[in-house]
Amino acid sequence: MPKISLTVNNKPVTQDVEGRTLLVELIREGLGLTGTHIGCDTSQCGACVVHVNGQPVKSCTMLAVQADGAEVLTVEGVSPDSGLNPIQQALHEHHGLQCGFCTPGMVMTATALLKNNPDPSEADVRHGLEGNLCRCTGYQNIVEAIMAAAKTMRS
Amino acid sequence: MEDFSYQKPKTVDDAREAYSASADGLFLAGGQTILPVMKLGLAAPSAVIDLGGIEGLRAILVTDSVVSIGAMATHATVAASGDVRQAIPALSDLAGMIGDPQVRTRGTIGGSIANNDPAADYPAAVLALNATITTDKRQIAADDFFVAMFETALEEGEIITNVEFPVADAAAYAKFANPASRFALAGVFVARTGNSVRVAVTGAGTCVFRVADMEAALAKDFSATALDGITVATENLNTDIHASAEYRGHLIGVMAKRAVEAAQTKGGGK
Repeated sequence: MPKISLTVNNKPVTQDVEGRTLLVELIREGLGLTGTHIGCDTSQCGACVVHVNGQPVKSCTMLAVQADGAEVLTVEGVSPDSGLNPIQQALHEHHGLQCGFCTPGMVMTATALLKNNPDPSEADVRHGLEGNLCRCTGYQNIVEAIMAAAKTMRS
Repeated sequence: MEDFSYQKPKTVDDAREAYSASADGLFLAGGQTILPVMKLGLAAPSAVIDLGGIEGLRAILVTDSVVSIGAMATHATVAASGDVRQAIPALSDLAGMIGDPQVRTRGTIGGSIANNDPAADYPAAVLALNATITTDKRQIAADDFFVAMFETALEEGEIITNVEFPVADAAAYAKFANPASRFALAGVFVARTGNSVRVAVTGAGTCVFRVADMEAALAKDFSATALDGITVATENLNTDIHASAEYRGHLIGVMAKRAVEAAQTKGGGK
């Protein structure tokens, strides 16, 4: 059984995993970080998005062993010590969620999007959200929230 | 998913040896197709040999005449490369249209073309730009590489190392994406080099293919109107829940015109 070492939300982690263990299984079951959701388990929905070495990935479509030596960031790692970060705050204020199941993935995708493109157009945001499905909102308020968060983060 | 032994060799030679030594080995590139396939139980290798530890396979090298992309270069890296955009903007555009941002973070050009999904984007660029696929054993011309649905000229255990794209004078890719999966219902890559034009279609048939009538018409007159009246035979096109063969045939004409117009306005690298 491979032993892997990585950092998750800046904390060092060493775990024994099977070859077939998915990164999302390590995160949820191995580490108890259940903010990362499993929606479709077929790399369509994006509820499981985390960052690996700063880039967004679908953690249901990556082996845990492939994250050996990597820096992993989950939704638990993006908030300040108290309160919400600007993206989370904007989703709250713009009613960018209803049931909330997709929200962790939306937050992680939006975080990567705004890191790479701090001043996106609406089209950029919609293109950037292609890998994240939401069955409640129709996306309108999610897009508005990310545009608003971008503005806040630029100021 | 069935369990397997996992290896991450550091060289192509070690990867080939690990494959030879395994009973039922499988090379893992970005995993964006093969991991879902393994989850469904459609593949159950005894050994997974991860090519992600081979540093040299990620290199992107651009000269005045050739863009060479390492097999393990991700779609995101290709889309973000200023050098690639300078030389063949259509290739950057195509890489940025594959799947979604998360798939582009992991997915690789080598994995995409080795899999040869009938609706994948890269095969259209490889075929239209007349690229050469280099493996650990030989070089394969694009025209010989894509054999049939999910089938290529690669032999058992053969490893793609890089893909070399000659820089075209003008090129563009136009894709009508399935709104759910982002795979191409029909995607057309048009490339002009001198008086030679190549048109490659993905998503519409069982395997990427060229359209000789369009190529001949565009070689005489590289304009969208030159494609007026040219139709693609529909008997070999796909019919499924997403679109009929007739609809896909129509889309090929529309996408080809859009690609020619885009190639004229955005041009190529030279």
